Amino acid sequence: MNTKTLMYILKRILLAAVTVWVVITVTFFVMHAIPGGPFVGEKAVTAAVQAAMEAKYGLDKPLGEQYLTYLGDIVRLDFGPSLKSRGREVSDMIFDGMRTSFKLGIIAAFIALIFGVVFGAIAALRRNKIIDRIIMIITTAFVSMPSFIMGSLLLVVFSIKLGWLPANGAQKNGLILPIITLSLYPMAYITRLTRSSMLEVLGQDYIRTAKAKGVSGVKIIFGHALKNSLIPVITYFGPMLAYIVTGSLVVEQIFAVPGIGRAFVNSITGRDYPLVMGTTIVLATLIVIMNLIGDIMYKIVDPRITLE
Amino acid sequence: MIGDISDMDNKILSAQVNMDDFIPATEEEKEYMVQMRPSSTFFKDSVKRLLKNKVATVCFFIIVLITLAAIFVPMFWPYAYDQALGVIPGKPVDNTFNDLAPFEYGKAELKRIEKGESVVPHIFGTDAQGRDYFIRVVYGTRISLAVGFFASIIVLIIGMTIGAIAGYAGGKVDLIIMRIVDVIYSLPDMLMVILLSSVLKVVLEGTLEGTVLSKIGSNIISLFIVFGVLYWVSMARLIRGQILSLREQEYVLASQAAGAKGKWIILKHLIPNCFSVIVISTALQIPSAIFTESYLSFLGLGVNAPMPSLGSLASDALNGINSYPYRLVFPALVISLIVLSLNLFGDGLRDAFDPKLDT
Repeated sequence: MNTKTLMYILKRILLAAVTVWVVITVTFFVMHAIPGGPFVGEKAVTAAVQAAMEAKYGLDKPLGEQYLTYLGDIVRLDFGPSLKSRGREVSDMIFDGMRTSFKLGIIAAFIALIFGVVFGAIAALRRNKIIDRIIMIITTAFVSMPSFIMGSLLLVVFSIKLGWLPANGAQKNGLILPIITLSLYPMAYITRLTRSSMLEVLGQDYIRTAKAKGVSGVKIIFGHALKNSLIPVITYFGPMLAYIVTGSLVVEQIFAVPGIGRAFVNSITGRDYPLVMGTTIVLATLIVIMNLIGDIMYKIVDPRITLE
Repeated sequence: MIGDISDMDNKILSAQVNMDDFIPATEEEKEYMVQMRPSSTFFKDSVKRLLKNKVATVCFFIIVLITLAAIFVPMFWPYAYDQALGVIPGKPVDNTFNDLAPFEYGKAELKRIEKGESVVPHIFGTDAQGRDYFIRVVYGTRISLAVGFFASIIVLIIGMTIGAIAGYAGGKVDLIIMRIVDVIYSLPDMLMVILLSSVLKVVLEGTLEGTVLSKIGSNIISLFIVFGVLYWVSMARLIRGQILSLREQEYVLASQAAGAKGKWIILKHLIPNCFSVIVISTALQIPSAIFTESYLSFLGLGVNAPMPSLGSLASDALNGINSYPYRLVFPALVISLIVLSLNLFGDGLRDAFDPKLDT
């Protein structure tokens, strides 16, 4: 790794840190723009919680001081108590939800990656044949269908009409449908990405050389073509995880999966502001870190790429 | 020797000109010399290329058809989107209008049919409050399209202005703007959109009351604000990149030499030359805006009830999904159709207007 790459990585880490700070700051000030502030709940909040809130966040102090206290709390991952779920800490709720959501997201990402690359390679190798056409039509449809519609349709077909899989994510096998829903869009995207980059690689001189040398088709594909055509897929790593995080918000809602996405959506509709702030910051940091890893990996894998 | 001109007429190497060559051309000859093909502009060429692309053309007609239907159908359709058919002032509420299946009628309507009157059928049935579902889907389409269109215009105007300034000014101004762009670009957009619109909704609710804007609804306005704040960055990057390369062109130098000011050069020389990039990215921005709107509506952050949008219709349909799955299918189909056609049309537009661009 040369110094230029190192400089790029340092710059990229700095940008990620600034981004996380911006998210935290925006969340704080936006939340304080709410009339009455985020911690002054409705009638449902008991006087005891209210008093604890005031003491904790120093609501009588100036905004600047409150902001500093808040920053300190976040570093310690302390988001305070929830307004709606009595006696529960926001950080506990987030980490509880994370366990389910992580399982969901990671499996979905793997499925998307594996099937996407396989279908993409098949489509590229059978270019303009019927199987390529079918794959392209299906992926086009998947790419333009919002995740909530995909999820709802799968719910109707597989759990209501056919009764094969449970509609509730908390049941046994309940995560199968949410995982499929989440993986379809990135899978379609990766398929298209792999297909186009594979076609480009197959037109390169070194493939022709390999063919001329008499290397077998299988060896050309696995030894030469596939590895190089996967580079663009790595760039999609960050956006894919971002998609899975935002997609999980609605998918968990549809299938009633007890994950962090559902906690986030419920906190918004229920105006449970400490939970909103906590989940926004945790999810945003997650996405920023994933994008960072994706960019750095891309830079290391393909030294040809020069980024400013 | 000098007088002997007539002798030289037939000598090939003579410098003497043949006067016959200078006879004015006849009309026929002029016609022959006229350019065979009328001159074509860049725009005309691009449209021709676009029309050759069958997929893009079909998609364009689908979009036009859906748009026209969304605009004109509510004008003559006998039911309104917020009209509960069973509720007539002064009479007890008629529950037979609620939850009708497609092509079924309420009690009062059946009576009218018996009398020989013709009643416009409920093509998609009615919803739980007895509202005609077809008109709600049409109206929802109208809202979704309008939101997508206006959001893209907002993004275009802000992104173009900032991108052009950054690109043309260069130096420190460019550096500062681009660092801000970098940070906004790396923000997780959907989370920020949800956060901002959920807060703006609460903040705006109070301030909007009584103004003209309250008719549009606090949610849609907050959606526009969020789009204006977050989504201009990619457009600004694009325009800046274009302007950076364009401003090195000779005609800009010529214009500067002639004493033109920065504003004039940006508006008269640089922006028009970015035209194809602007058209393409705006066309691709619309479906993504529609996507975002429907996503937010699905989470309950979209349009204010009773106004429907395709996302909120789909979200409402989830509640009764066991008994009325078709209520989900209609808005779902329309959203997918709109987003798909706009995307494919945008791709076609890109190929047609920017043949150099490698996709």
